[in-house]
Amino acid sequence: MGRKLLLEKAHVEGIRTYEVYRREGGYRSVEKALKMAPADIVEEVKKSGLRGRGGAGFPTGMKWSFIAKPEGIPRHLVCNADESEPGTFKDRYLMEFIPHLLIEGMIVSSFALGSNASYIYIRGEYAWVAEILENAIAEARQNGWLGKNIQGSGFDCEMYVHRGAGAYICGEETALIESLEGKRGNPRIKPPFPAIKGAWERPTVVNNVETLAAVVPIMNIGGEEYAKIGVGKSTGTKLISACGNINKPGIYEIDMTISVEEFIFSEEYCGGIPNGKKLKACIPGGSSVPILPQNLLLTTAKGEKRMMNYESLSDGGFATGSMMGSGGFIVLDEDQCVVRHTMTLARFYHHESCGQCSPCREGTGWMERVLKNIETGKGKMSDIDLLWDIQRKIEGNTICPLGDAAAWPIAAAIRHFRDEFEWHIKNPEEAQRRNYGLAHYADPIHVPTPPVTA
Amino acid sequence: MADEVKAPPANFKVTIDNITIEVAPGTTILTAAREIGGDVTPPAMCFYSKLQGSGGKCRTCLVEVAAGSTADPRPMPKLVASCRTTVMDGMIVKNITSDKVKDARAGVVEFLLLNHPLDCPICDQAGECHLQDLGYEHGKEGTRYEFPRRTFEKEDIGPYIQLHMTRCILCYRCTYVADQLTDKRVHGILDRGEHAEISTYISKAIENDFSGNMIDVCPVGALTDKTFRFKNRVWFTKPVDAHRNCENPKCCGKTTLWLRGEEVFRVTARKDQWGEVQSFDGKPGWICNTCRFDKKETKDWTIEGPTLINRHSVIAQGHYVGVIKPKETLQEVMGGREPLLLMDIHDVSEVNKLNIDLSKIQGPAHSNDFNK
Amino acid sequence: MITFSQEKLAKVAELISHYPQGRQKSALLPVLHLAQDEFGGWLDTPVMDYVAGLLNIEPIEVYEVASFYSMYNLKPVGKFMFEVCQTGPCMLNGSDNIIDYIKQKLNIKVGETTADGMFTLKTVECLGACGYAPMMQLGKNYREHLTKEKVDAIIEECRAKAN
Repeated sequence: MGRKLLLEKAHVEGIRTYEVYRREGGYRSVEKALKMAPADIVEEVKKSGLRGRGGAGFPTGMKWSFIAKPEGIPRHLVCNADESEPGTFKDRYLMEFIPHLLIEGMIVSSFALGSNASYIYIRGEYAWVAEILENAIAEARQNGWLGKNIQGSGFDCEMYVHRGAGAYICGEETALIESLEGKRGNPRIKPPFPAIKGAWERPTVVNNVETLAAVVPIMNIGGEEYAKIGVGKSTGTKLISACGNINKPGIYEIDMTISVEEFIFSEEYCGGIPNGKKLKACIPGGSSVPILPQNLLLTTAKGEKRMMNYESLSDGGFATGSMMGSGGFIVLDEDQCVVRHTMTLARFYHHESCGQCSPCREGTGWMERVLKNIETGKGKMSDIDLLWDIQRKIEGNTICPLGDAAAWPIAAAIRHFRDEFEWHIKNPEEAQRRNYGLAHYADPIHVPTPPVTA
Repeated sequence: MADEVKAPPANFKVTIDNITIEVAPGTTILTAAREIGGDVTPPAMCFYSKLQGSGGKCRTCLVEVAAGSTADPRPMPKLVASCRTTVMDGMIVKNITSDKVKDARAGVVEFLLLNHPLDCPICDQAGECHLQDLGYEHGKEGTRYEFPRRTFEKEDIGPYIQLHMTRCILCYRCTYVADQLTDKRVHGILDRGEHAEISTYISKAIENDFSGNMIDVCPVGALTDKTFRFKNRVWFTKPVDAHRNCENPKCCGKTTLWLRGEEVFRVTARKDQWGEVQSFDGKPGWICNTCRFDKKETKDWTIEGPTLINRHSVIAQGHYVGVIKPKETLQEVMGGREPLLLMDIHDVSEVNKLNIDLSKIQGPAHSNDFNK
Repeated sequence: MITFSQEKLAKVAELISHYPQGRQKSALLPVLHLAQDEFGGWLDTPVMDYVAGLLNIEPIEVYEVASFYSMYNLKPVGKFMFEVCQTGPCMLNGSDNIIDYIKQKLNIKVGETTADGMFTLKTVECLGACGYAPMMQLGKNYREHLTKEKVDAIIEECRAKAN
């Protein structure tokens, strides 16, 4: 049983209310922080080794230390609660069940960064979660944790919930800022970075919900203690949202020392694959990261057990590895079709492209159409190389990472499941009736011949 | 000494395709490359130096930064948009000397042309279209796109400007013109992704003294001059520089008239070698709608002389006889580099192979010349 | 004449106060949500013009934003909108069958509204409920772990609510 820092109290009756949350030790970190110098809090977070939990994994303390502090210009903290990466639903759980944890973390972070007005940018579809947060903010204000001169510290802290309106791209921090300013969610061209010129041209830090919530245990147990949990540069605990073909989908807090195999098959976590089916593939970090076939998922190319942490999941680079990403863990069983699944992801990115820069605007739709052709039995052999070439020309050439996010899943699907694509094209009619099945993905070098009978 | 003299800003040395120049700090790679000129300069479809905030979107100007600066000589991990990246001292940039750049650029050109109607034969922009130039210089033959092209309904946005959205490449320049030159913007970008379009949403007329400049900044034929539409091809008209004393204080009054005989077919702002509106006394030479649309007689203008047209431009064809060809070989002219592109017009098409040498014909070519 | 109630106007003023002075455009997204709830579930041009007036911005700025975000409806929709997720994780758990079932049950295609103006079926991309797939959004709430029986019950529930 791994140590729980975020979800420890998630099942306490009434933890959503201020009264219970406070009774369970809530807001202690704020009391502690207000007695410290803001720079020392930043130092504490640096010591903890906390990495951004939104997907990029950038060290949070370092991000905080970049914020510009020009005289007389307000600074802002913005919480990125625009959770929209397919496979990811951890932030919703945190906000829905322990809203005060996020608010507590945000107050500490606001104090550390000198933000007197902080915002929670939440995806528009989470309408009821926004209401939960607004109620929690009102409770915190009534009890003197928000507003003017909080807890007699002389620090003013306001907090507002800003609802988006349906756009994955607003999870990109500069698009989020544009959206906060009431504009289209077009990512900005960087530099300048938000830490210099963010919301309303003021220095701004944008952090994920889980990142800001993790500031609470860091303050409570100390950065050094937090850094002892986990392994290497993967410190602390991470929320994994597991979904797809598993017995127990849901949110799990792991301390990054368990193996992928244990995570999927043990009763404590996902509980294995339903109906006695076999594991075919898995996208371990949200739809944008490379899909891995069963063999490479459980064992790295070096033959080591793959662990659930930043380093191990990315071991082997994109050739044989993947990424921790946002922790959206999508499992595919033996009866799933990789072509169809990849097509839905291509459709997703096509739908969510903002349309600002040409490679993503034109390329995402093209990839979806080609994949749809293959999926519906109208594909040509040359389409596979065409797809590869399109994704290659999008990746790295766009304004924001959405282009990369659209390219990677397709590249990985072709890299590891090319034989399944070929089977789809060679057997267009059969592919409409049944799926390719498991084949022999266990061996990355051996290219299997498709099974003859269903 | 108490009174310290402020040192003038030191210049940054930047090397682009093995050519080193010095530029002021804050200069972008693209601007530095334009100072060198020639095919070292990356193409730019959305960047417009006179429009604040433009650039970064089309991705045609991507370049490779092989060394960030003298202080930090690490290369940049991704190709960067040269129009929005400022130079550092000692930066080494690769444009046409980088295979990565050429490959990415060919990709961008393919993306831009994916849904473009390629209706050049009936498009008024043909001959001065930046997308044509881009496709010609950096694109590949043929398309790999096998799906129906995206189309939009034509939208009426007033008496002077025709919006033909199907041709648009979403450079956003026209919206910057509306924001920065006119007092009120009524058109903008609607919808998102592939479906994004320039529109007024409810077919509002764009009425503003400076709205015509949107036509000049449009790199393609998405915004065209209704008073010139289908009247003539640009390469049949003769451009001359002209001016008048315009009453509008914001209008520079310096224009190019596009003539056929004595008839003024079209009036545009004066363009520089990058296709941008020229600056006069440090200010962009935008012109007002009165000059552009209402002054269509030569007596309205003082004609200064023929407009200098790049000899590679199709507009230059036929106007100038007896051009002396340079004696140097191409390599000599280009400092030892191979030209990016060299095309023998005789080889363009087997079917339409010409029996005559166009350069031997005096004056504009006539259909009779081809029947010889 | 389109106008918010006094209570809603106070809400708009409160929303504007969340943002720095002179940055009232920042309240555009929340105010559009209010307007869509208030004026029939979609944003007609006069409604958007009204919002532009409230925030002292040009109407085109509102059109640009309203057409960008997928939650704003620029055309009338049914009283109940079934927004069924069809992205990867939901697809793995049979969202395609749910969509087909709703199509057949309501006799409409995706994007259409039933003749009585009651139901609209829309397919959407990931709503962040992948562990509870297949799912859909109905009004302000999510309906998760959908089955054919659950869809039947939801349709009945909506019909009952409408009467």
